[in-house]
Order: sequence, then C-alpha cells, then structure tokens
Amino acid sequence: MKYSYYPGCSLKGTGKAYEESVLAIFETMGVEANEIDDWNCCGATAYMGVDESMAFGLAGRNLALAEREGATDVVVPCNACYLSLNKANKYIEEYPQVKEKTDKALAAGGLKYGGSLKVRHPLDVFVNDIGLSRIKDAVKTPLKDLKVAPYYGCQIVRPYAAFDSQRNPTSMDQLLDVLGADVVDYPLKTRCCSGSQTGSLPEVGLRLVYILLKEAKRRGADVIVTICPLCQFNLESYQDEVSKRYKEDLAIPILYFTQVMGLALGLSAQKVGLTRNLVHVFPTLDKREVGHV
Amino acid sequence: MSNRLTEPPTGADEPRIGVFVCHCGTNIASKVDVHDVCEYAGTLPGVAFSTEYKYMCSDPGQEFIAAAIKEHKLNRIVVSACSPLLHEDTFRNAVAKGGLNPYYFHMVNIREHGAWVHEDKASATAKSKDLVRAAVYRIVFHEALERKRVSVDPKVLVVGGGIAGIHAALTLAEAGKKVYLVEREPTIGGHMAQFDKTFPTLDCSACILTPKMSKVKSHPNITLWTYSEVAEVDGFVGNFKVKVKRKPRYIVEDACVGCMDCIDVCVFKEAKFEDEFNLGLSKRKPVYIPFPQATPQIVTIDPDTCIEVKTGKCKKTCVEICGDRNAIDFSQKEKIEEIEVGNIILATGFKTYDPARSPEYGYGRLENVYTGLEIERLINSSGPTGGHVVCRDGNKPKTVGIIHCVGSRDEKSNKWCSRVCCMYSLKLAHLIKEHTGAEVYNFYIDIRTPGKGYEEFYDRLQGEGVHFIRGRVSEIADWIVSPEEEGKLIIRVEDTLSGFVRRIPVDMAVLAVGLEPRPDAQEVRKMFNISCATEGWFLERHPKLAPVDTFTDGIFIAGGCQGPKDIPDTVAQAGSAAAQVMALIDKGYVELEPNTAYIDEKECSGCKSCIPLCPYTAISFDAGSLKAVINEALCKGCGTCVASCPSGSISQNLFEDAEIYSEIEGVLADV
Repeated sequence: MKYSYYPGCSLKGTGKAYEESVLAIFETMGVEANEIDDWNCCGATAYMGVDESMAFGLAGRNLALAEREGATDVVVPCNACYLSLNKANKYIEEYPQVKEKTDKALAAGGLKYGGSLKVRHPLDVFVNDIGLSRIKDAVKTPLKDLKVAPYYGCQIVRPYAAFDSQRNPTSMDQLLDVLGADVVDYPLKTRCCSGSQTGSLPEVGLRLVYILLKEAKRRGADVIVTICPLCQFNLESYQDEVSKRYKEDLAIPILYFTQVMGLALGLSAQKVGLTRNLVHVFPTLDKREVGHV
Repeated sequence: MSNRLTEPPTGADEPRIGVFVCHCGTNIASKVDVHDVCEYAGTLPGVAFSTEYKYMCSDPGQEFIAAAIKEHKLNRIVVSACSPLLHEDTFRNAVAKGGLNPYYFHMVNIREHGAWVHEDKASATAKSKDLVRAAVYRIVFHEALERKRVSVDPKVLVVGGGIAGIHAALTLAEAGKKVYLVEREPTIGGHMAQFDKTFPTLDCSACILTPKMSKVKSHPNITLWTYSEVAEVDGFVGNFKVKVKRKPRYIVEDACVGCMDCIDVCVFKEAKFEDEFNLGLSKRKPVYIPFPQATPQIVTIDPDTCIEVKTGKCKKTCVEICGDRNAIDFSQKEKIEEIEVGNIILATGFKTYDPARSPEYGYGRLENVYTGLEIERLINSSGPTGGHVVCRDGNKPKTVGIIHCVGSRDEKSNKWCSRVCCMYSLKLAHLIKEHTGAEVYNFYIDIRTPGKGYEEFYDRLQGEGVHFIRGRVSEIADWIVSPEEEGKLIIRVEDTLSGFVRRIPVDMAVLAVGLEPRPDAQEVRKMFNISCATEGWFLERHPKLAPVDTFTDGIFIAGGCQGPKDIPDTVAQAGSAAAQVMALIDKGYVELEPNTAYIDEKECSGCKSCIPLCPYTAISFDAGSLKAVINEALCKGCGTCVASCPSGSISQNLFEDAEIYSEIEGVLADV
C-alpha cells in the first residue's frame, strides 16, 4: 500500500508525537507514506472564514503537488488539515467557480490539479484499507485492562468524510477493541474541544475542556485517546488550569490513537513519542501492565 | 387523399368524419383561435362536419354530438378538447348515444398540449391544427371494438387482521358476502390492540376493538385464518386463485378452549422469551396467548423456543395436562389452503420506526428511553407492569420528556409526517401525568392536530399544565455538567421560541416514533402486482378520486399500508374499500377495456421474449401450440410486448400500426 503523506504544521511542532507514532505504525504495517515535497499550510479552517479563495488556493496547491507526484490517496493525520483538504477537494469538484479561481491561482505557480486525489485520514486507512483483522493479527501486547475513552473531535466526520457515521462514529471504538482495550462509552466523542477558543475566550473554551475531561473520568476512563493534534493539545495542556478553576482533579493522560496502537503492536514508548506527552502516562500504563515501558 | 402512404381501407363505408372543437370556457379559447381550428378542420379530407362549442363536456355538448351523428350521418368522431384521462369516457358514451360504436372516436388534447403550454396564440393555434389533422388521418382506420365482460366471484380475501382488515371484513360479511380474513400473527387486533386509550376521546382501545374481534370470529360469513400468510396469487379481477400458507401452531384450533393449563405446566417454570406483543418488555413461555382478549382465544406454540419442536426431547407436560381434549398436536405440518376469490383487500399495516437508527436519542443504550408504543404497553393494565408507568428500576418517573418527530419529517430518516405522533404524544402526556403525576415536557417542531376534536384535545392538554418546548431535540444524553443532573437523562434542545439551548433533566424519555412501510412491503407488492410510492407505501390509483383502488383491478388497499393514518381514517378507508368491492360483486361482472394486445398465432415464433417483459403478468406460454397467449383480462394495454416482439406478431387494439403511421403522417402532412 502506497500513500502520499501530508503532515501539516502541527505534526512538525506540537504534534510531533503524532507524526512519530503514525509513521512508526505505517512502517510496521508495511504502508509506504511519501511526504509531499514542498508542502505548505493547509489553509486551516480559520482561514476559510477570512478568505475562502485563498484557503482553497493553499489547500489546492498541496493537492496539486501530491497529484504531480503520482499519488492517488493522500493521508492527512491532523483533523483540521483533513477537513481543509477534503473541503477544497469537494468544492473544486462540485463548484465550477471555485475550480476556475483555484485553477488560475495554481497556474500562476506553474501547477495544475486534475481532481483525482482522495483525502484520507489514518483512521480510515487503518480500518478500511488495512482492515481490523490484519491489525488484530499484528497485536503483540494487547491493551488489557486499559479503559479508553475514544474522542473523535468535531471535524473528522463532519461534514465531508464518508467513512463513518456523522452522528455516532464507531471506527476508532472498533479499532481500540481489536487492540484489546476496554472501550468506555463516551457520548461526547464528537463534541467540540473548544478549538482555538482556549486562547481567545478562555471562559468559554476552558468550560468545554472541563466537560470533556470530567465526563471521561466520571465514566472511569484511564486515558482519553484522540485523533487530532488540536484536541490533544487542548485536553492535555489546560488540565492544571481547569482543575484549579473547577476544584476537581482532572488529570488524565491524553494520547494519540496511534500511540496506543503502537504500544499494542509492540513498539517502544520512545518510538511512538510517549515521552513527549505532558501528562505522564507511564504510571497508568504500569498499573495496567500495558505495553513494554 | 391519394398522396397518402397509408391508404384507408377500401370497401368500407366512405368516412364521414365529425370534428368538435371545445373552448373549455377560456381555458382553450384564450390561447387557441378555436374558430380558426374549427374552420380548418372542415377542409380536411373526409371531414363531413366541423363545429365549435363552449363546453363540449356539458350535457348539451354531449347531446349535440349525438344529434350531429344522426343529422349528418357521421361515422367517425374527433373531439378536440382536454385530456382523455378526464373525458374520453364521457365522449365515448355520447358517441354511443348517437348510435355509433364508441371506438369510432378519438380525442385530441389541445388544452394541456396546446393552450396551457404556449405563450403565443399563433403557435398554439398552429399546433392545435396539426393535432386535429393527425386525429383526422388516424380515425379513418378505427374499427368497431367490443368490451368484454368477465364474471365476478362474490367471495373476498382480506389480508391483515388489524382494525382496517377487521372493519372491511365485517362490513362485507354484514352485507352477506363471504370473506376470508388472513392474519400472520396468532391473533387479530393489530396495533390497535396494543394501545391503552385512543385519542382524542380517551376511550379504551380494547373496549371498542374486542367486540369487533369476537364478531369476526363468530360471524358465519367470515373464515378467519390466523397464524397464516398469503403465499401465492394468481388470476385477475373477479377470478383470483390464492394459496394461503397456514403455519403449524401445534394446536388443534377447534379443540383448544383457551384454558391455559398448558401454559401453567410448561417445563419452563419462568417465562423466558421476549414477548412480541409487549415489545420485549415482558417475557413469555414457548406456549402462549399474546394477550388476554386475543382472538381466537387459543394458545400458540412457538417453534423457535419450544423444546419439543426443536429437539423432540421434552417431557410434554402440556400434552399430559390437556388430557382427553388432545388439543396439542406436535405432528402438525404447514398446510396450504387454496381459495378462489373475486376481490382482495390489502390491509397489511405499517411498522413503527426503529429509533436505534437515530443514535443521538440513545434508544437501546440508555435504559430509560422508551418508544411511544412501549409506553402504551406500560400504561395498559394487561401490560408488563400491570398498568404502572415506571422506569426500569421500578420507580415512578418524576419528570418525563416526550420527543416528537422521531423518524419523521427528517431528511436523515423518513421525510414524511407520520400524522399520528402529535396526537399520540399528547395522549401519552395526559396518561403519564394521570398515572404518575410527573412533570411532562413535549418537544415538538410543529404540532399537527387536524382532526375532529383534535385541536380541542391539544387545548385541553395545555390547560393540564403539560410543558411544550418548540425545537428539535439534538440529543438525549447521560453526560452531566452539574451534580443535579446525576442519574438523569438530559434532553438537549434549542428552544426556538426563547432562542436558548436548554438542558432538561428527566427520569424518562419517550420517543414519538413515526410510521414506516413494513419491511416486506416490496414482496407483498410484487405478489399482488400493485405499485408502491417511492417511500414504500402502497400506491392508490388516484390520491383524491380513487384512494382505495390500486392499478390492478380487483385489488384494494386500506389502512396503514397505504400511508400513515389514525384509527378514524383507517376505518373510513376500510369501509370505502369494502364498498368498492361490493359494487363489483353486486354488478356481477366487470367490463374490460378493449385496447388490449393480441397475438397473430401464425406469426408467433414462441420465443417467449414478451413474457418476462409484461408488467401485469398477462402473457403465458401455451405448451401445446408453443405460442404465447395473452390474457385479455389482465392486459392493461401498455404496449410493451407489442414493441418488443421480434417477429412483429403482437398488435394492439386502438394502436394498430396503420393507425399510428397515419397519425404520424397527419402530424407531418404539409397542407
């Protein structure tokens, strides 16, 4: 299996652990992922609101580059990048005006996008391309007794992805299940993590983070597992602040789903970037006897 | 006429064509120069008389045609007016009244095809002339046709034993007709038997239904077959042959008296299996009676759960206690009954929406989320809790939220309004309040109460202090933001009147689920050769003027299988279907339209390619002559076989090649 790979800014910065774990799993499962040469900003969801045509141009350039490299599917681990690229792809396909504008912008840079690419999330690739049974066979150290709250975030299936239910996605639940984890019923799985509101409107943002953390703990989760660098960042970085504000102990490790997947597949903590996490997961893992740490 | 490719038949009477052009008030006359068309028609070959009239379909208009035939010795008539769908019959009758065969007639539609679709008077007039000319060219070839008659068997089959089937069967039986009523469940009664009270009068559902059920059982004109299904339907209007599969219930129906001793002594000490009638809220044994007033009042042995049926290794305590009565018979096999009937009424009902398909409401995941039908059973004194409305932990709810439009009026599930949920939600709100004293919230997007006494019932409920919140509920959740919410179900909704998003904690949530076609509607449709609308409801012949007829003569529909409807409408429709059937029976025969296809046996090669194409299953293969045979009674004159026949051996009355070619020639003739 061969994919084009678009990391986006966060996987090279705050989400470094995500990149490390995604690539490590790709390697283990025999998936070839070629980073797009000279990729640029995805046009981010915020940019869409400011200048849509600029955002389509930015996303379109990445698509054009990947297509020029001969790719058919581009894997995008960050949910925000996934949404931007997916949205640009759909709009270019469906709206002639958008296509015309984007074509013009790309032509100025000597590029052309034929619209042949599929934008994929690693979760989609694992569940639908590699398949759960192959993953199950590859599990070396099952995540026994680890209670996991699967948190999908708002952007993954809304509104463009077709690989899972938009109201009640379950593919990560199924994936965690074959990894041997104890999946906690977590009804807030697609609720907003507050995005960038934690910076601009902390009153609003931190309350949303509080609800997500508290509910996961209330349901007995040992860890929350995310598929988005921004969700991971929000849920992890503000735990002190939120605990103080609401006078509750809300500390809980927030892992990328690829990190727990890596542990189950027998990869080292180092290899899946576990040492980079701010909230220490090792005591939890030790207690649950999960993985080789 | 000599330059025509299609030469009119020689030797017959010289055609004397009469053309009658209608103004249709201003419908046609405002856009078509009727006088011009009429004068032009008079110049066409073979036309002996042409005239115009303001309302051709009126009584004087029809009289005018009849008189003109005699006065001008006309032998072919063209009426240029509106759609033949509306008035073809009217004018055929007028032609017959004038002493002509009614098929020496052709109708031209210059209203829908002319006046109503053109902006410009000149082109509308020119097109009308073309169409009239085509008809004049065609009608020369018309031949006298005869309507055939087939007799009608006075027996009737009613499929489905809900209130629709019961009412239709009783209406017919009371009128002296013999009826077979076939029901697949062990008892008749349908959904209505599951309700506690009916809206808006709040009278007890069973009290008004069970007398009718027992009347069905005891009526000398009704043969009741429960636990049975229609397996095969053959034939045509007036003469259907039907096979009914009677599933073994391992009980000799005539011997069982419903004493229920066998249920008491069954080797299963405790009831263990999901009780279908109570929607799984209670358990039953393998031998059971669905509910106390079940009709017939006899037990059924469920083959999926009975040890004796499954393994043959049971102690058979039931047989022992039944003793000399010998009502239990494990040797029973499936039986096929063959019957002949003249008409069929389908009253196969509906199913309720499965709210698990809308995961945001938590049905099946959160234990105190119920459907409306489940609450009906809880309220019913013969239901699983003996009439107590309680949560799964046995406690009375203090607050209850009723969510409207679950699986209705929603692009993601069903688009249509299910028509009964508003009213049954109001009814349940009243009954829940009466039984528990709880605070009741109704979450609605519209309240629709269009029925006699319905709006008044809504007013009454508002007076009773039930809360109404307008807004589609986004989620029923058990995640909490404050300690007061602990242990409650949280209904999240945007209150669109106040403009706020609200979280309302309740002890019990009731989903007012909508109605859907039954999952096997397509198979039933095929078996009875009728049509479904896109949503899967059985399609009536005309939504306003033939609401219980189908496109297949002799097959009628009533009740929930045609679309969501409440009990009064269902009963009215069932009565209507019965009346339609009686009209056919009492007439004794049906007349068949003669525009059917026919086969030239000499030419037919017996290739059978027409047989699977016929949508009305009217063509069969005669193994003796090795030719295809068309059943005129089933043929609807669609022409599919005519077009498909590779040897050109199939023709169709009123659509003969000469008629069609000449009509085309008429349209194209450059006069």
